[in-house]
Amino acid sequence: MEAYKKLQLARKSNRPTGLDYINHILTDFFEMHGDRRFADDSAIVAGIGRLCGQPITVIAQEKGHTMKERTYRNFGSAHPEGYRKALRQMKLAEKFGRPVLCIVDTAGAYCGTGAEERGQGEAIAENLSEMMTLQVPILSLFIGEGGSGGALGLAVANEVWMMENAVYSVISPEGCASILWKDPHKVREASDSLHICPEDLKLLGVVERILPENDWEQLWQDLPLLLHQKLVELSNLSGSELSESRYRRFRKMGVYGE
Amino acid sequence: MLKRANFKPSRNTLENFGIATAANGTPEQPQIPDRLCVKCPGCGKMLFTIDVQKNDNVCPECSYHFKMPARKRLLSLCDEQSFTEWDSTLYSKDFLSFPGYKVKLKSSRLNSRENEAVISGYGKISGSPCALFAMDGRFMMGSMGCVVGEKITRVFERATQQHLPVVGFTLSGGARMQEGTLSLMQMAKTSGAVKRHSDAGLLYITILTNPTTGGVTASFAMEGDILLAEPGALIAFAGPRVIEQTIRQKLPKGFQSAEFLLEKGFLDDIVARKDMRHTLSHLLKLHEKEA
Repeated sequence: MEAYKKLQLARKSNRPTGLDYINHILTDFFEMHGDRRFADDSAIVAGIGRLCGQPITVIAQEKGHTMKERTYRNFGSAHPEGYRKALRQMKLAEKFGRPVLCIVDTAGAYCGTGAEERGQGEAIAENLSEMMTLQVPILSLFIGEGGSGGALGLAVANEVWMMENAVYSVISPEGCASILWKDPHKVREASDSLHICPEDLKLLGVVERILPENDWEQLWQDLPLLLHQKLVELSNLSGSELSESRYRRFRKMGVYGE
Repeated sequence: MLKRANFKPSRNTLENFGIATAANGTPEQPQIPDRLCVKCPGCGKMLFTIDVQKNDNVCPECSYHFKMPARKRLLSLCDEQSFTEWDSTLYSKDFLSFPGYKVKLKSSRLNSRENEAVISGYGKISGSPCALFAMDGRFMMGSMGCVVGEKITRVFERATQQHLPVVGFTLSGGARMQEGTLSLMQMAKTSGAVKRHSDAGLLYITILTNPTTGGVTASFAMEGDILLAEPGALIAFAGPRVIEQTIRQKLPKGFQSAEFLLEKGFLDDIVARKDMRHTLSHLLKLHEKEA
């Protein structure tokens, strides 16, 4: 039942959220709002800041801690305008040659009438294809829940890193249990079967690096350096090399017979 | 992700009854359907199954579009003898040992007489060459696992190499959860291949058919240069039942229908099945470069 425990940890409201990461690892952060099409989505925080002195673009899904914050952030579930806001920031990053750091923490893209009317599927689809050819490095860091397409919409990256107690899943284990076994109580079994834990995902080639959570103070010291190092390393590649390596990364994913 | 429970099991034999074909593409003897009559979900009239089949699986009374088996669709769309199938030997593996997946794969293969939920290949539509794919709802509700993702990716890679436009019919309940996070990754993989095809200046026409939902909607289904849909098709990211559970309200009639999406600006047009061949040929010809 290891996977289910991890899922519960990943969802805890006292875990550091996207904004906590931004505050700990960046300096001079300037937040930028809105998708220039419809609205500003408070479930996604985006802007520019300095990572070890170097300007980067950061895009983070924010869940909030208190009930008030969580309601304001829509529990980290973005509408289409959130994904379009993220894409706008990525395009700006490309224009100015800044690397992109995406911080992922969402139960999934929001499932509501407004989201459907404004094209949730189209917004995510556009992010997937535009991110694939973005000419600057993209690094995605999973800090809690990585829920389905809503997470992937910020995770078509050159590398994906996960916190030790984060998960990444094609569907919520509850959803899986109720669809397949018509029994939401089989969530433990579903969590195991879906292979949502970082170690499993590393074996499958979905994740490059797992970060330990045993000492947060140490982590806040090390994390900026680790991220910076990786982004500098990726910045040595040309735009087309970055795009090519991103394509190759996903191209090889899949198990099948022929 | 869309829930399987959102889709009623087919109420009649019609949706499961295609032109059975042998591996080489030649029609076998037509089978006698289990039931001679079907009730149309559109107008409620009782119809002879054979009449509906002759009419491209469309109700002769109210034009309700029944599901169309992928192979039947491609063979009826392409010029005679022009369709060559690609990658027909790819098959899914239960690599996560997911409970019940092996049995489901087996029953889907028997039920659909296909290897997987998508069929792809090369064909000509009224003389215009193109790469094609069509998804089949009888195979695990057209869900996208590694094989579907790989076949779609190969269609776009081949089409890019051979400078061909792509015509694709989508139908899917979403990503295949039995393959875990790797099925989610197929969304990125296919999107990358579509983008490369697009960057090469080539045309991609998507025809969204009932139902197209979840991870397929949020990837290659919505990435066409031209987005068409069949009348009445359900097109969604989250299916109606998931939304109703989230917002705790009944959805208005016609929400997430093709007509609704057209009104909201997410489709180029709605095309009835009987006009599909003509429309596609017209669009392909308009994009052909003068030699």
